Amino acid sequence: MADTMHAGDGQTRRDFIYLAGAAMGGVGAAAALWPFIHSLNPAADTLALASIEVDLAPIQPGQAIKAMWRGKPVFIRNRTQEEIDAARAVPTAELIDPQPDQARVKEGKDNWLVLVGVCTHLGCIPLGTSSGESKGDFGGWFCPCHGSHYDTSGRIRKGPAPLNLHVPEYAFLTDTRVKIG
Amino acid sequence: MAHAPQSNFENPVVNWIDQRLPIFTMMNKEYGSFPTPRNFNYFWNFGALAMVVLMTMIVSGIVLAMHYTNNTLLAFDSVERIMRDVNWGWMIRYIHANGASMFFIAVYIHIFRGIYYGSYKAPRELIWIFGVVILLLMMGTAFMGYVLPWGQMSFWGATVITNLFSAIPVVGESIVTLLWGGFSVDNPTLNRFFALHYLLPFVLLAVVVLHVAALHITGSNNPLGIEPKGPQDTLPFHPYYTTKDIFGATIFLIIFAAFVFFAPNYMGHPDNYIPADPLVTPAHIVPEWYFLPFYAILRSITFAISLPFTDVVLVPAKLGGVLAMFGSIAILFVLPWLDSSPVRSARFRPIFKWWVLLCLVPAFFMLGYAGGKPAEQPYVLIGQLGTVMYFAFFLALPIIGRIEKPLPLPASIANPVLGGNAATAK
Repeated sequence: MADTMHAGDGQTRRDFIYLAGAAMGGVGAAAALWPFIHSLNPAADTLALASIEVDLAPIQPGQAIKAMWRGKPVFIRNRTQEEIDAARAVPTAELIDPQPDQARVKEGKDNWLVLVGVCTHLGCIPLGTSSGESKGDFGGWFCPCHGSHYDTSGRIRKGPAPLNLHVPEYAFLTDTRVKIG
Repeated sequence: MAHAPQSNFENPVVNWIDQRLPIFTMMNKEYGSFPTPRNFNYFWNFGALAMVVLMTMIVSGIVLAMHYTNNTLLAFDSVERIMRDVNWGWMIRYIHANGASMFFIAVYIHIFRGIYYGSYKAPRELIWIFGVVILLLMMGTAFMGYVLPWGQMSFWGATVITNLFSAIPVVGESIVTLLWGGFSVDNPTLNRFFALHYLLPFVLLAVVVLHVAALHITGSNNPLGIEPKGPQDTLPFHPYYTTKDIFGATIFLIIFAAFVFFAPNYMGHPDNYIPADPLVTPAHIVPEWYFLPFYAILRSITFAISLPFTDVVLVPAKLGGVLAMFGSIAILFVLPWLDSSPVRSARFRPIFKWWVLLCLVPAFFMLGYAGGKPAEQPYVLIGQLGTVMYFAFFLALPIIGRIEKPLPLPASIANPVLGGNAATAK
């Protein structure tokens, strides 16, 4: 080695070329890999189906429905005054995932609760939307898979789920029509 | 031809090939005259049995793939068509479905053998590591295969297991969307699972080749856990162990056939004969039996880990469960370095022997039992106890290796096997 190397010259220049070459090669490989990974993300047609409109007129106070949105259910509940009061009577600090009920509904539409009906634990569909199903210990929803209880605001109160039921992005088009997504 | 080895096969065609590619020489060296410890017990059948099942799975799987339709609207019906209309389809599918269970039975016994007789110790650590990789590939392949019939358990099992990744902080949700190819388990998910379910067995086969190749460098361990010291300690693989493996395979295949023909759905779940419905979750979701111990570990972490004396949550319960479940496999990778005892076989390790039989084995069955029950008491407690015992088994090994006084090892394999008083010599 010593006879082919000019001290302080050839060695560092060659090292630099190796490193630069390897770095460029690495960047190139990562760039080439990205399309293959990204092809696994939701395709354009999947994204195009990403919003729905729902007519709320038939839902009486105390009733709830399930709508299908992005392949999973959305719970829409027309809450009674007692249910709203129950949700607001709980001190926020006592909650597992602290969030006031007001932050989970649209102002002036306090009776309408719109939730993604997927348990935040491991993705089961909680019971409690259809009449006759168990609503859990807090009058909201109950997930039978691992025993998570949600209240009348869809907030996690008991069980392994870490978060409240998600509130999807939605807007009232008219008083009785919402657009979800 | 200067470097070509001289082949001496009687058949001229074999000879011609062997001089150009010495596969016959290799087969003879590795499976004919290969020197194998003479004292194998029947636990040493299970590697070969796992190979037999892998081949059965690949053959039956390729045929099933020719009849299966990979689309959420058609998948369930195409499986029913295989069961009712395709010639012998019912048998091929039952072979494939029960084959998955038989594969795990063989592999779990194979792993137990490796632990009990210390097969993971130097110089066989790499064989063990390849083995754990094989276990992971098997689990991934089996999980995705179970999704393909698109029944209720397929769908909800896939939903629960893919949701595990949402526990990863910050990027979890994006990873789950990437896995799904959408916003829930749906057609893109089914498509990629089918592609991977077809691919992974061949990856697995490649790792099996490495596993066996590395084994043929070190040679096999044996029930005494001491290395062969000469020809008196070994037998040629053929005919001694070819015969023993064929005998073992015959018994194993009789049991396999008994399941296929007399109890084909015993190890399955009836809910998977209900077509998948994204709006209705089954009353309780259970994975296939061979995942139950790990599922129980997942569910055992029902509490968050916080900074002491504060409300700052370091590890939420969900993340804790996921970490414990993956940790239960990951800990197997470091087993060769956790166990500090130089003695391999549990026969000569008075503490380790009972530590395996009274801690690890009961933990595995307790977890399996709790994993199949609903998440309520007393099952949660049984699962938590099993989880503690499972991890305690591994974490105590460095200490056991230090405090344990091993029994004297026999002078050679031949001594205790062939009799003589030398068995207890130092």
